[in-house]
Amino acid sequence: MLDNGWGLSLIVFLPLVGALIILLTPKKNLAAIKAFGLTFTALPLIIAVFLIARFDYGAGSAFQFGTDLSWITSINARYHIGVDGISFPMLILSTILTLLALIYSFNHWPEPYNPKAFSALILVLGTAMNGTFVALDLVLFFVFFELVLLPMYFMIGIWGDKTMMKVPGFRIEAETRLYAAIKFFVFTLFGSAFMLLGFLALYYRSGDVAPFVRTFDIPTLISMGSAGAFTGTFAFLVFGALFLGFAVKVPMWPLHTWLPDAHTAAPTVGSVLLAGILLKLGSYGFIRISLPILPQEAQRWAPAIAILAVIGIIYGALACLAQSDMKRLIAFSSVGHMGFVMLGISTLTVVGINAAVIGMVAHGLITGLLFFVAGSMSHRYHTREMVRLGGNQKLMPKMGAILGFTAIASLGLPGLAGFWGEFMSLVGSYNPLAGLDLGVFRTAMVFGAIGTVLTAGYMLWMLQRVNLGEPSAEWGGHALVDADSYELAAWVPLMVLIVAVGVFPKLVFGATNSAVVSLVTKAFGG
Amino acid sequence: MIDYLALAPEIVIAATAVVVLLADMWIVRKYWTAIIAVVGTTAAAIPLVVLAVSPVGERSLFEGSYVVDPFALVMKGVFLMAAYVVLLMSFSYVESDRYYQGEYYFLLLLSILGSLVLASARDLIGLFIGIELVATPMYVLAGFRKGDLKSNEAALKYYLLGVLASAMLLYGSSFVFGLTGELTFAGIASHAGGLVHEPAFIMAVLFIIAGVGFKVSAVPFHFWAPDTYEGAPTPITAYLSVSSKAAGFVALIAVTYRAFGPASAAWAPVVWVMAALSMTIANLTALKQDNIVRMLAYSSISHAGFMLVPFVVAPYVDAAGINGAVSATITYLVIYAFLNLGAFALVIAGSRKAGSGTVQGWAGMATYAPGLAFLGMLFFFGLAGIPPLAGWFAKFVMFRVVLTAGSGWAVGLAVIAAVNSVIALYYYARVIKSMWMDPVSVTVPDSEVRDAAVPMTLTLALGITAVAVVVLGVFPGIVTSFTF
Repeated sequence: MLDNGWGLSLIVFLPLVGALIILLTPKKNLAAIKAFGLTFTALPLIIAVFLIARFDYGAGSAFQFGTDLSWITSINARYHIGVDGISFPMLILSTILTLLALIYSFNHWPEPYNPKAFSALILVLGTAMNGTFVALDLVLFFVFFELVLLPMYFMIGIWGDKTMMKVPGFRIEAETRLYAAIKFFVFTLFGSAFMLLGFLALYYRSGDVAPFVRTFDIPTLISMGSAGAFTGTFAFLVFGALFLGFAVKVPMWPLHTWLPDAHTAAPTVGSVLLAGILLKLGSYGFIRISLPILPQEAQRWAPAIAILAVIGIIYGALACLAQSDMKRLIAFSSVGHMGFVMLGISTLTVVGINAAVIGMVAHGLITGLLFFVAGSMSHRYHTREMVRLGGNQKLMPKMGAILGFTAIASLGLPGLAGFWGEFMSLVGSYNPLAGLDLGVFRTAMVFGAIGTVLTAGYMLWMLQRVNLGEPSAEWGGHALVDADSYELAAWVPLMVLIVAVGVFPKLVFGATNSAVVSLVTKAFGG
Repeated sequence: MIDYLALAPEIVIAATAVVVLLADMWIVRKYWTAIIAVVGTTAAAIPLVVLAVSPVGERSLFEGSYVVDPFALVMKGVFLMAAYVVLLMSFSYVESDRYYQGEYYFLLLLSILGSLVLASARDLIGLFIGIELVATPMYVLAGFRKGDLKSNEAALKYYLLGVLASAMLLYGSSFVFGLTGELTFAGIASHAGGLVHEPAFIMAVLFIIAGVGFKVSAVPFHFWAPDTYEGAPTPITAYLSVSSKAAGFVALIAVTYRAFGPASAAWAPVVWVMAALSMTIANLTALKQDNIVRMLAYSSISHAGFMLVPFVVAPYVDAAGINGAVSATITYLVIYAFLNLGAFALVIAGSRKAGSGTVQGWAGMATYAPGLAFLGMLFFFGLAGIPPLAGWFAKFVMFRVVLTAGSGWAVGLAVIAAVNSVIALYYYARVIKSMWMDPVSVTVPDSEVRDAAVPMTLTLALGITAVAVVVLGVFPGIVTSFTF
């Protein structure tokens, strides 16, 4: 019963139901709020796990568990959902992180204290993220893609960092959270306004090819696209419009400037979900929509994407080396890691796109965990300035160990999840799709490889400053509480997954590979 | 033989207006006039539903100058709905300030009658009567807060510029009649194609569009709007920004597509400029507004710009494309009506609680009035067009139409609209930020005022609009089943 569309619909909408129930629960009844929150984030995960068993891995390229119902008939937009090998891992990642974020919150309600609203927002965010990954209709995708903005805006704006900052370009000061929240919102909305124009342009052009019905249906558009329906200046502009929408979200250099502000200002859970899932919505959009629907344009744009991706890698790494704030460092590391994901996508090969998907999963697990730990540490130390930290390993052995593990995973140590994405996207860019400029991609590979060294550099440097050495005079005599049970409950599953994906990448590739092969064959002829 | 069923909604509203005026002379408890008005408005919806489901399709009266077709029915539905919500908003507002209640409702009903007439008018005379009947009672109602200088200013500005606009409309109409010898839109259209190169005709078209441009408050004919909106009683402002504007768009649809359709190459560039300027200038000005009503005034000007966007495709598309453009504008109007009525109902409720109508004055409202703050999120983000709140679909259909034309000019306007929808977000988000993220304003009155319950009728108005905003956002097909 769960694999005929109900399962996915429940995964998407149960969190929203939970949010409504929580809104109707009295504020004082914390136990009930927690219980409802837990139920309505755990149920989607349980259903997702059940679907893992039912997923047909041999037919990973086909959309499964889907349904296709009429929604807005006048514009032929449909409630068409389904998952294939590419979206399924992302969906599972999203359900896991939503649950863990909520569990972590139980013991870390950010200031101002308001568990009711905060849990409700996590749940709404869960619906939006899950919905984006299962949507197979451009309008549906757009609605979920935008719905993400509202809860994240409130999360950053209400519970974010309250220190004052100078607003760039103005002679005024504002609280960091307010500046970051609106910057995040405006940047993303700017991109998605153009993305919407791109979607509509595709819709119109789809009426000119057989069967001459205008449609927003992604699988239909994909088959039109691989038959060469969208070409010329039209397609070039459409790809550009979609690029703006997705590249802001990824984010790709030079559209990334909202990211360090938003990540740094957001409460811990906000950063985790922002880095863990929200960034992937952009790269997922490239793989799901831009590449298969506009394959010719993807080949025209690929070198540009590769160059921007590599600039992102190097720029992110250099920016990390200049940070004094631990959370901001992790934020900039996301720019670099997403650069590898985009480099993988730009190669338009099976290896590269597989690398991108596993890179997305790994980044979600690892950077999510890094933000968790960074949040917990700033909770203990009341600062994120690395000069004031140090000797964390001695003060809090468990937390120090977890931070060490995660940082090592983040720099791409073989055997842990981060390795595969970086390594394979470099392999992919050595040998990109036939017809792409080898010079560009091999140069990109060289710079990407330098990027991995720099990544190792700043991660180890961070570890050295935060974890190693003797505790500073400021913290020396203090007895700090080590990682508590809520924190461990949220972190251990992530650590297990990081090791599991690292040692046994087939966990992801098993689902993605056939979908990626089919995508590349259909779109680029091999 | 006159088809009285076709005229029944108008007759009911007219009769209600008369009853209100008479009842006001005898009854002591003046709030009964409000109840009569609400009952009358509701009763007027009954023949409307009968007409909508009746098997007789289009009803044409008075030799084709008064027509009841699906377009007219949908617009009458919008006008009655908006009237109903405005009446609900007025009830506590008018009662608390001891206005002349009977006169207030009488004038409001007359304006509603005008909007119903306008929706069916199919000649220049009917159009003019409709527009005047909508506007004239509003000249009085805008100045209804007699003791307040701002209200006086509001009425005077609205009156002077409104009369100027009417004069331009009439002047243009006289030229059109002189050149074509026709008054009905269909008759004018049959001549318009041959007159495209006639300077007098072009001038007449421009005069008429300028006259209607005042009514929809599009740039550069918008100068009255912010001052009038700020000074007028808030329910009247809501009415001006929704019904009066919608009436203007009905008139604009009538003259552009119906009368001057074959001459679209002459007026489409003018509308292009009006749309681009309305969106951009109004949005940039709104960024600087601290008074929420003034901000909403500029926001409503920019929304007028968005609604004008579909008009520019007229020269490039066939008859089906024109229908699509009309449907897009009407869809936008319907959704905007709910959003803006909700926003103004919120302004009434919020200003009472916060003791202020400024963005700063509303700071921290989420702490003492979380329900209103939540509604504020719905209405303001809805106006900004963030899914899943209804506004997104309005923008969506607008973009959808403008891209059909496949012309560079149309795509250029779409890009301007896209950029403007981002600018608009900023000032809407400012109010949300203030309500949710700022510390409670020092100007907020003590708990006696702050915690007072929102009047029941106002709650009802807020509830209707809030439910509509969410439901229409998730199932926009409900609107399009009427408008497409």
